Amino acid sequence: MSGRIGEASDTLLYLNGVSVSFDGFRALNNLSLVLAPGEMRAVIGPNGAGKTTMMDVITGKTRPDSGEVVFRADTDLTHLDEPAIAALGIGRKFQKPTVFEPHSVYDNLLLALAGNRTPRRALFARETAAERDRIAALLDTIRLTEHRHRRAGDLSHGQKQWLEIGMLLAQEPDLLLVDEPVAGMTDAETAETARLLREINRSKSVVVVEHDMDFVRALDVKVTVLHEGSVLSEGSIDHVSNDPKVIEVYLGR
Amino acid sequence: MRPSFATFAPPAFVLGGASLLVLGNVALAASSPWHVSIFVVSLAGKYLAYAILALALDLVWGYVGILSLGHAAFFALGGYAMGMYLMREIGTRGVYGNATLPDFMVFLNWTELPWYWYGFHHFAFAALMAVLVPGALALVFGFLAFRSRVSGVYLSIITQALTFALMLAFFRNNMGFGGNNGLTDFKDIIGLPLHADGTRDGLLLATALFLSIAFLCARFVVTSRLGKILIAVRDAESRTRFLGYRPESYKLFVFVLSAMIAGIGGALYVPQVGIINPGEFSPANSIEAVIWVAVGGRGTLAGAMLGAVLVNLGKTYFTSALPDVWLYALGALFILTTLFLPQGLIRIFARKPAVTASEIPAAKERPA
Ligand SMILES: Nc1ncnc2c1ncn2[C@@H]1O[C@H](COP(=O)(O)OP(=O)(O)OP(=O)(O)O)[C@@H](O)[C@H]1O
Ligand SMILES: [Mg+2]
Repeated sequence: MSGRIGEASDTLLYLNGVSVSFDGFRALNNLSLVLAPGEMRAVIGPNGAGKTTMMDVITGKTRPDSGEVVFRADTDLTHLDEPAIAALGIGRKFQKPTVFEPHSVYDNLLLALAGNRTPRRALFARETAAERDRIAALLDTIRLTEHRHRRAGDLSHGQKQWLEIGMLLAQEPDLLLVDEPVAGMTDAETAETARLLREINRSKSVVVVEHDMDFVRALDVKVTVLHEGSVLSEGSIDHVSNDPKVIEVYLGR
Repeated sequence: MRPSFATFAPPAFVLGGASLLVLGNVALAASSPWHVSIFVVSLAGKYLAYAILALALDLVWGYVGILSLGHAAFFALGGYAMGMYLMREIGTRGVYGNATLPDFMVFLNWTELPWYWYGFHHFAFAALMAVLVPGALALVFGFLAFRSRVSGVYLSIITQALTFALMLAFFRNNMGFGGNNGLTDFKDIIGLPLHADGTRDGLLLATALFLSIAFLCARFVVTSRLGKILIAVRDAESRTRFLGYRPESYKLFVFVLSAMIAGIGGALYVPQVGIINPGEFSPANSIEAVIWVAVGGRGTLAGAMLGAVLVNLGKTYFTSALPDVWLYALGALFILTTLFLPQGLIRIFARKPAVTASEIPAAKERPA
């Protein structure tokens, strides 16, 4: 334990030898990863490399068979469930955009706003001016102000992705896990999303999983390449894209 | 809750309709073609009691997606609580003339009132139990089921098992609830003779009043922020978890509330039909309630109430005119509305969905 305390100040998230098997198949294989506070990290890797499973483990959806996941100095996330981990300040965007479809864009953000999550509070909650201001600012950030009264289910795919990022921000997490944010986006939307994530990264730590190499390049951050459940390569985008191992299993194909 | 048409129209219809029937019974001579017979008054009271059950079911099925196939159990428990009071009200007028023991206990050679019958000679106590017992059962059952994340078909099946188990238990004579005969031969309620027209008129009005109150409570819940969270849980449960909500506590809240409302329905039902027996726990009853809600309009509250009244009108007609056809007619109605009016009959009355939850996906895909 003492070794980790020493690292505490420059470590926000620490995955140490995490393994997960599904029916004997190793989705994560002794995976280790260190994320510094304020860092943005891009995670790439072929389909089935374990990227989503890694996020499942960090957010409490999947319990690892072995290994530890330490958040901040000393919180082991593997003993906590999803709402508890969310309350610690970890937000997550799903690979398939998931918003509350029958609700308006505005209400989606309202429900995501940080605050008391008990049924009793929700039953008597009245919208406050502070909440309205906060939502207005978020709508501006995710460029959906004009669409605030629309049913979220009627948004385009790209707009849903943004709404979900907006919901993530509304939670006010310290760490955002963003799974394939630009899947199904136009080039213009992709560029816009890269800009948005970099802006978010000014105040929050971010882990982005993405296949789109132009997007990853635009983020201009350290890249981790996953393959068969463990780290294959790590470094700048130029470093990993010139790594022969990476070219062989991922980029070269 | 904004004061709107959707909020006040259903209670207005219910209270207005019930008042007209009572007026037709009280104010018009029996010779008048507009006279409403006491039979019709009690029939209407029975339908409105069913509407309370439908409302309760819609709250959990329509808004959080819990398809309970055992909701009639809560209704029946409320009914038994009221039935126990009505039994004790009989007093010495029973066949055996025992002041404390109901007839069936004397018949079984019991000499003492079981402890769980204590207090039921007070109307207020029985009324409280009609709400608390279903609520407590829902609390325990829901706590265990939701905490272990039982959902979907599995949850439906265990709710069905719950009502089935209760039916078997209540059939047993030594449970102390009258076995398969149940509780019946009631004489009066809070001192008023049950066979008198005035009492029956009053019961109809009371049922209409409680249905209206239950509707307004349910409406307050579904239009609150909590209501929005319920719909979010229904459509994307895991999304709510990663946002920091605990879906199980939301489910538990509505499930308990719903069971308590259903219990009130049962308590109002029993004095009007004059009997409660284990048949009320029959799984088929719970399934019929699901059909009322589906036919009337799931996730609309008002639709569920409408469905309960219309389907039971149909049932009353068919079971006297064409008894063999009823189940087929019910099945056909269910299939036709599912195919051609998936939002239910309420759509005919209200073009706009009455509440926000009406866009119910037939089979919503859950996120990963
Ligand atoms: N709940 C599960 N049950 C069984 N197998 C699973 C489960 N979740 C993931 N897997 C398997 O684990 C492996 C890793 O999946 P994961 O979704 O983490 O990959 P990924 O890197 O996110 O891939 P993609 O780029 O396609 O999203 C895959 O082979 C997948 O089939
Ligand atoms: Mg994935």
